[in-house]
Amino acid sequence: MSKRLSGIITPIIAVLLGIIVGTIIMLVCGYNPISAYTALWNGAFGQVYYFGEVVRQVTPYILAGLAVAFAFRVGLFNIGVEGQFIVGWLASVWVGVSFDLPKIIHLPLAIIAAILAGALWAYIPGILKARLRVHEVIVTIMMNYIALHVSNYLIKNVMTNHKDRTGMIKDSASLRSDWLQSMTDYSRLHWGIIIAIVCCFIMWFLLERTTKGFELRAVGFNQDAAQYAGMNVNRNIILSMVISGAFAGLAGAMDGLGTFGYITVKNGFTGVGFDGIAIALLGGNSALGVFFAAILFGALKVGALNMPLEAGVPNELVDIIIALIVFFVASSYIIRVALNRFGKKDVK
Amino acid sequence: MKKRKIGIALSLVLAAGTLLGACGKSGDNKGNDTAKGGDKEKAFSVAMVTDVGGVDDKSFNQSAWEGLQKFGQDNGLKKGVGGYDYQQSKSDADYSTNLNTLARQNFDLVFGIGYMMQGAVDEIAKQQKNKHFAIVDSEVKEPNVASILFKEQEASFLVGIAAAMTTKSNKIGFIGGQESEVIGRFEAGFRAGVMAANPKATVDVQYAGAFDKAELGQSIASKMYSSGVDVIFAAAGATGNGMFKEAKDRKAKDPNANIWTIGVDRDQSDMGPDVVLTSAVKRVDVAVQDIAKKAKEGNFPGGKVTLYGLAEDGVVAAPINSKVANKADIEKAIKDWTDKIKSGAVKVPATVDELKDFKVK
Repeated sequence: MSKRLSGIITPIIAVLLGIIVGTIIMLVCGYNPISAYTALWNGAFGQVYYFGEVVRQVTPYILAGLAVAFAFRVGLFNIGVEGQFIVGWLASVWVGVSFDLPKIIHLPLAIIAAILAGALWAYIPGILKARLRVHEVIVTIMMNYIALHVSNYLIKNVMTNHKDRTGMIKDSASLRSDWLQSMTDYSRLHWGIIIAIVCCFIMWFLLERTTKGFELRAVGFNQDAAQYAGMNVNRNIILSMVISGAFAGLAGAMDGLGTFGYITVKNGFTGVGFDGIAIALLGGNSALGVFFAAILFGALKVGALNMPLEAGVPNELVDIIIALIVFFVASSYIIRVALNRFGKKDVK
Repeated sequence: MKKRKIGIALSLVLAAGTLLGACGKSGDNKGNDTAKGGDKEKAFSVAMVTDVGGVDDKSFNQSAWEGLQKFGQDNGLKKGVGGYDYQQSKSDADYSTNLNTLARQNFDLVFGIGYMMQGAVDEIAKQQKNKHFAIVDSEVKEPNVASILFKEQEASFLVGIAAAMTTKSNKIGFIGGQESEVIGRFEAGFRAGVMAANPKATVDVQYAGAFDKAELGQSIASKMYSSGVDVIFAAAGATGNGMFKEAKDRKAKDPNANIWTIGVDRDQSDMGPDVVLTSAVKRVDVAVQDIAKKAKEGNFPGGKVTLYGLAEDGVVAAPINSKVANKADIEKAIKDWTDKIKSGAVKVPATVDELKDFKVK
């Protein structure tokens, strides 16, 4: 019970500490923190348009967070969510642009393409880890760069004739909805949020309510014990990476089919995958936690854009606050581990 | 023990909650005040959205913001809502939100700086038909969008002349950022200029694939200089900063080395007073001011492409470095060619394909 409670309280305290230290930094730098936070709030929830944009930003964040959290629960650190996100985005747009099908086939096909692309991209580090014990962190980081540059090449040379961006996807593959857009005053809100919420449920159900999920978690707790109990550790490692990549690819489809409707040649990483790591960490690697953490990060990111205009505070400050939150979540974990150690000594 | 910890945690949460709650209330009032202030202002207001390079990129975005500041000062505007302001983008996803935010704050004209914003401007212009937008370096075919394009090839042509007259090894280098139409104009113009002034010289063309990788620019420049190239033109944003560093390093080792660089977008002579020959300057500031002025006077060129070339003072070659031996000759040649281009006697190729048909009598 107390473990569960501390699991909820720790991230809340971390967020508050992040905000408090952010306030101190603003005061030291001579900015007005009250107007800054007001601008942040107004920029996230002040108008229905901004609310729509927050939900739009939250959608890929949830899925990226789930991707990191899922792998983490099986004891793997998937840094490659960014790359899987990009290939998912690319695959969804590719299907969206090149086929002419009725919506009921086209949209699912584009989404499945993104899932498969992301899963494939994560399968490679998965199999290298399982068969050859190559560390997944190194492989996934490298796969990020491969994804970035290969997708840039494909956009420029295969999908278009030396252009910087592809054409718009067909309407039949789009997640956008005029109704949602008109409800939120032309924000880019799209149906993807439903998919993201369903995925939260899927992740929870898969891990907590199925035999396979128990196996996956068991591998995460202790590989040797899992092996001894007769579970196939290698297969579970590959499976978890594939599922993690599928979530990440789906996150890419949210941007490809919803937010943008096209893909551009990228100068650098989008950052969604890396933010996903922080979201999973803050959310304690649980489906519900990731959901709330994604809402917080989405609101911070979108709201921050309003800070320079309304309060004259540079929006880099929000990056600092996010970094502080992550720092406090990480250090509270250290504190908790330390406390547990001391607790055990007392018992002895 | 445990209970006390939870108690402390709870009280912390509550205390912080009250504090923040108070913040929220007083802040709300302030928000309303600024909104009212915005309504009172009737002056013409302009704003811009930077691309991911940020407002202090020492090149493109910075130049646009300087132009906007100048426009604001000339017209007695204040920075902020109802005057002139900018919004920085940190990722591609931010363009749309930023443009929308500024349009919603009732700025009379909103600039999107950079071709990467083309999609976002296109979409928002369709939704907000009564708002005015402008985009730099790209074309959006909407009646409420003014498209600003530059004839980069003309400035590049002139610096190409300068490069061809400065080189001793007859080997010249070109470093591009990402392959795109804009950088293609730089490349075509530069090669045409070299060809016009010194047909024997060859141009080694390399693309870095990024606008923000100075270390990559340095390694490309290093290879070029080692292979005998003595003048390099980098049209690659911050990637070009690596070229300046490499040139300065080589010059420091051997002060007599014939090593030159050519800057881009603004006069980059401050990047290395000993090594910067000239710069292909793109006056984004002039264009931004010009469009803002036209819009203020009611002549907003919506739905049209406004081209800025040599004739419009939209592009120029920066002054030649005084340490070049034949400075006077180069200046004279540049002046002659400038006149020819302005009069239309010479048409500088804008793409590498057009370059193949380019001939100088």
